[in-house]
Amino acid sequence: MARMTSRGPVLGIAALYFLVPVAASLWFTIAGADGIGFEVYAKGLGSDGLTTSLLRSVSIGLATVALGLLLMVPTVVAVALRLPKLRRVVEILCMMPLVVPPIALVAGVATVLSWQQDLAATPLYGTFQALINRDFPLILVIVYTVMSLPFLYRSLDAGLRSVDLRTLVEAARSLGASRTQTLLQVIAPNLRQAVMGGAVLSLAMVLGEYSVASVLGFEPFAVWMVNVGDSEAQLSVAAAMLSLLFTWGLLLLLTALAGGRTRSSSRSSSRSRSRSRSRKQRKTA
Amino acid sequence: MTVPVQLKQLRREFGSTVALDGLDLDIAPGELVALLGPSGCGKTTALRIIAGFESADGGELLMDGQDVTSVPAHRRDIGMVFQSYSLFPNMTAAENVAYGLRVRGVSSGERAARAAELLDLVGLPGRGGHYPHQLSGGQQQRVALARALAIRPRVLLLDEPLSALDAKVRLTLREEIRRIQLELGITTVFVTHDQEEALSMADRVAVMRDGRLEQCAAPSELYDRPATPFVAEFVGTMNRVPGVVRDGSVVEVFGRRLPVHGDAVLGAGTEVDVLLRPEGFGVAPGGDAVVRVATFLGATTRLHVATASGLAVKVDVPSWEANGLTPGASCTVRPHEKPVLVAERAVPVG
Repeated sequence: MARMTSRGPVLGIAALYFLVPVAASLWFTIAGADGIGFEVYAKGLGSDGLTTSLLRSVSIGLATVALGLLLMVPTVVAVALRLPKLRRVVEILCMMPLVVPPIALVAGVATVLSWQQDLAATPLYGTFQALINRDFPLILVIVYTVMSLPFLYRSLDAGLRSVDLRTLVEAARSLGASRTQTLLQVIAPNLRQAVMGGAVLSLAMVLGEYSVASVLGFEPFAVWMVNVGDSEAQLSVAAAMLSLLFTWGLLLLLTALAGGRTRSSSRSSSRSRSRSRSRKQRKTA
Repeated sequence: MTVPVQLKQLRREFGSTVALDGLDLDIAPGELVALLGPSGCGKTTALRIIAGFESADGGELLMDGQDVTSVPAHRRDIGMVFQSYSLFPNMTAAENVAYGLRVRGVSSGERAARAAELLDLVGLPGRGGHYPHQLSGGQQQRVALARALAIRPRVLLLDEPLSALDAKVRLTLREEIRRIQLELGITTVFVTHDQEEALSMADRVAVMRDGRLEQCAAPSELYDRPATPFVAEFVGTMNRVPGVVRDGSVVEVFGRRLPVHGDAVLGAGTEVDVLLRPEGFGVAPGGDAVVRVATFLGATTRLHVATASGLAVKVDVPSWEANGLTPGASCTVRPHEKPVLVAERAVPVG
């Protein structure tokens, strides 16, 4: 009971901290000289810029998640199974984007992209053109993949620690599964929650990222919102509110996909691992 | 008749540690062989080499006469049960059992039928729809056994499958494993550090030490006629008492001359340790020895006796003969007239 009482104020303050800006933004978008109305939302939803930039951000986000997972899942599995000594190295490398400011990263990327003029006569020119395609800038996918490494790594690493990976792999192999079958049918399903966790964080990061895209001159959703805000403040805030709802919906969907059997699975694995740990401790004792 | 599993001079090193040092072992069809030994003796390494999870640095591994040393684990047709239950958490018990068949492309109907058959065999009918976390440890290990058997492996490997279970379940499950193994006639290699498990389940027990095979024999032979002092002391309880060799094959201990087991010829007058089981003594009331502790074990009572020379020996006597042999009682201890094993005299500590 005492615990409930002490939780109340903390939860109340947290709720206020979160809800007041949202409520203020909502009020700003619906309150006008003629009273309360949702015209600005109707305008926003009908705007080409919003749909185009939002879809661009989502597609960049999904591509980032796909590329990140393609890189990180085999890497963390291989490190856990074959190269445990490299774990610290991989961890440090994956955490680097947290300590390198995005603006420093983008300065380097901009320098590289500026080489394209010198490469005009080479086949690499086409590659550069693809990288800076305005409708789907691949360069943003690459930079965002690097920036999402800390989220993906942390999430996958936690997921791997909750299952007895080595034994599961050996069990699958002894039953005749190839490496690919083991990865797809045994490891991946048991990492689903971790994969989804990393994906959700990465997607949220991409949808809200502004500085890299802005400096490189692209216009995903966050950049469009700021640009619109210069001339139509209400529309910009309404777009932010819509994007908030959209992002919540997307994250809830991903979280729901990560739930179900996997939740109970990881509970069982953790239990089995903790039993195994206590057995080892007993043995050591 | 081909030998299902043959280990020939297997060698494996981990850095400067020699895990297997020329291990030779033949396992006959339908036989259950237990690899027994202290921690670090190489038993698990040997099992993992048979499974294909470790590679040997030297020697050969033959299965049904074919060299499989370089065959990868998933092509060896081996069923394995691990110490940690190792069930796939994302699959039901039936899906776990059927997984090996699934990767072999067996139809779903056939898989389901085989899974149900195997779950019946291991005493879990109707549990096919349960996820691992909904099963107890013992049930999970039964499912793991069913999963290993579902692919009809040519060899079944058991890596300390009972050590994670509580005592009562362990006892029941070891009987179940043996029943199923005999019923299917499947060649089985079983790693354990629990000698009671090894002696009660195996057709033969291979005692290992420092990567080498000390002795591989039937449990009774291992107990009654250990080939080396290490085996004698590792298997069961053993007393080490000082004795003197009187001629090449007779040793004097407790004032009695006993034949030495085996072909060893020792120089007369050599001081040795004589290895005697607790049941290898007779005890009579009265004398210069004193009973220190008497522990009732059911059919037998174990006495801890201190002799006049200060030697402490453990003696098992039938409980009905132990009346009066209570702590503090004086008694006489004499070894039975049976061949004994001798070892180099151990240097007293301290």
